[in-house]
Amino acid sequence: MVAAAFFYLFASVTVAAAFMVIASKNPVHAVLFLILAFVNSAGLFVLLGAEFLAMILIVVYVGAVAVLFLFVVMMLDVDFAELRAGFLRYLPFGGLIGIIMLIELILVLGAWTIAPGVVDVVATPAPTAADVTNTEALGRVLYTKYVYFFEAAGMILLTAMVGAIVLTLRHKEGVKRQDIGEQVARNPETSIEIKQVESGKGI
Amino acid sequence: MDPEVVETAPDSAAADPVEAVVEAVAEPLFAYAPIMPEIVLAVGAMALLMLGVFRSERSAEPIMWLSILLLAIAALLILAQGNETRLLFEGTVIVDPFARLLKLLSLLGSAVAIFMSFDYLREARIMKFELPILIVLATLGMLMMISANDLIALYLGLELQSLSLYVIAAFRRDAIRSSEAGLKYFVLGALSSGMLLYGCSLIYGFTGSTEFIRIAQALESGGANLGLIFGIVFFIAGLAFKVSAVPFHMWTPDVYEGAPTPVTAFFAAAPKVAAMAMFVRAMLTAFPAITAEWQQIIVFISIASMLLGAFAAIAQTNIKRLMAYSSIGHMGFALVGLAAGTAEGAQGVIVYLAIYLVMNLGVFACILAMRRSDGMVEDINELAGLSSNNPLMAFLLAMLMFSLAGIPPLAGFFAKFYVFLAAIQAGLYPLAVIGVLASVVGAYYYLRIIKIMYFDSPAERFDPMPMALKSVLGVSGIIVIFFVAYPAPLVDAAEVAAKSLF
Repeated sequence: MVAAAFFYLFASVTVAAAFMVIASKNPVHAVLFLILAFVNSAGLFVLLGAEFLAMILIVVYVGAVAVLFLFVVMMLDVDFAELRAGFLRYLPFGGLIGIIMLIELILVLGAWTIAPGVVDVVATPAPTAADVTNTEALGRVLYTKYVYFFEAAGMILLTAMVGAIVLTLRHKEGVKRQDIGEQVARNPETSIEIKQVESGKGI
Repeated sequence: MDPEVVETAPDSAAADPVEAVVEAVAEPLFAYAPIMPEIVLAVGAMALLMLGVFRSERSAEPIMWLSILLLAIAALLILAQGNETRLLFEGTVIVDPFARLLKLLSLLGSAVAIFMSFDYLREARIMKFELPILIVLATLGMLMMISANDLIALYLGLELQSLSLYVIAAFRRDAIRSSEAGLKYFVLGALSSGMLLYGCSLIYGFTGSTEFIRIAQALESGGANLGLIFGIVFFIAGLAFKVSAVPFHMWTPDVYEGAPTPVTAFFAAAPKVAAMAMFVRAMLTAFPAITAEWQQIIVFISIASMLLGAFAAIAQTNIKRLMAYSSIGHMGFALVGLAAGTAEGAQGVIVYLAIYLVMNLGVFACILAMRRSDGMVEDINELAGLSSNNPLMAFLLAMLMFSLAGIPPLAGFFAKFYVFLAAIQAGLYPLAVIGVLASVVGAYYYLRIIKIMYFDSPAERFDPMPMALKSVLGVSGIIVIFFVAYPAPLVDAAEVAAKSLF
């Protein structure tokens, strides 16, 4: 009973917030509504018994991604009025594609049947919640069965980082940088110049 | 081996902690031996990256050589693996003769692409150590794609490869064409990855597994339903983008034209081989039970690619765009072998890819040599009169063009012969007939280049060809001309490889 009430609370707030993300005029408000949608989705995950996903959603999406969005929105000063200018022009075509996709999705979901042998071939059957916690169940496969995928994802992130640096980093000429070796190698001969100042005159 | 030593070995291992440690290290090393090439590339790329960062700009050329060495080591490790089929990580990664042969081809393509790029990078002042490292990372992605026996492994390998390719397409970041190529490739590539993932999720939803073997099991008992076919269509759309088959080819000419030429040479060779290998494995091992369903899609994209490749290339004057349309057409021909859905068809695809790789590297060696004192030229009319300026280069390029057109007795003819033979054996007569007609149309623009080289009044001379390009062109030309005399090694290896898929 309580769970059902919370489900409707989280679900309705999520949908309303998601709608506001695309409807609000102010991009900063849109990002704040996005955060609200994320937090409520996390609540839905908790209700499903997927507490690990819920926490990850808070930490990664709310903590990092949304803040990043906020930074970008505030720093880039995107002109949303200009972005929307082509909206009406592309509306018929985009709407047509959207409707086709919707019909196709309905066809697919209408034909939803699970093959009879599927239960035998399920990749990693989820252990029952009473045996292990959600996080532990993920941990059991992440570094054993899926370690190859885990490492591969790491290589992809490395590549993305290298790519971002290659394409954007520019070493400017004439910028003074710290050179520790040079600092340590300084001695009185190279750094101090002694001048005899005659009295009554400047240097 | 001395039997006494073997007898006493277990005792001393238990007593000696050092040997126990050695054993503890050696056992996993042995267990992961089949993916040792991938591990070597990953660790090597990271080591080279550190070397490059610490030694900064000066280290670019040594790192290029070290990257080639790294790829060679990976190739040697693959050659040392023998011939058996091994499954790792609970069946998500497979190393079989098919994987080994195509991995060797990909490594060859990548290494030669790096080898050919020295002079261009020096002249264009983009000699940076990140380029060879990104090529090594892309090659790592290719090896993972070729060995993928699971939808997640396939996707991760594909993303690793694609991400590296997006970056190197835009590598000449101060040139607007190159940035445009990179951005266009990235946006369209991301879209195609999305379609691929959507297809994967539908396939997973309807079969209950991401592993190819289990998907095949589920289909054998359950058969196809609408949702699954929907998923396969999206899956094929995503893969077709990666091999640049029509109707997902739009990015190819722009990216080929905009990217720096050595990068284009790389794009045209190794990634195509790897993507096609992944395509073949996914179709033949995950969905053999419903061949009739996916066959018609492959037949369609194959015909469309062959025809578009043949007709659209006629109007091109830029040689890089021309090669882009040529590669679209060639992927269409390779897909003919896949459409057959048989072991002969897979053998045809492998032979086709190997010969395509060799021909393309040779042609791009010529394109990279199209340089005058005022810079690179890319118009095909600049080749005018090459036969009197540089007879040997003109002759070899003419042979490569004849081979690309599929004229016997050159290698390109045999490539087409094997795929069409497989299509006829599988009863796909219309496909084979259209393919032959498309290759006749395609012959026009290859022959036009030969006509320009031999019969037009000479243009200004090119700069002398660098040694690296000369050697690549020479080897490629020799293979193309003399393949007819000794085709057995490739054809037999391809047969063994194709058998391992069934």
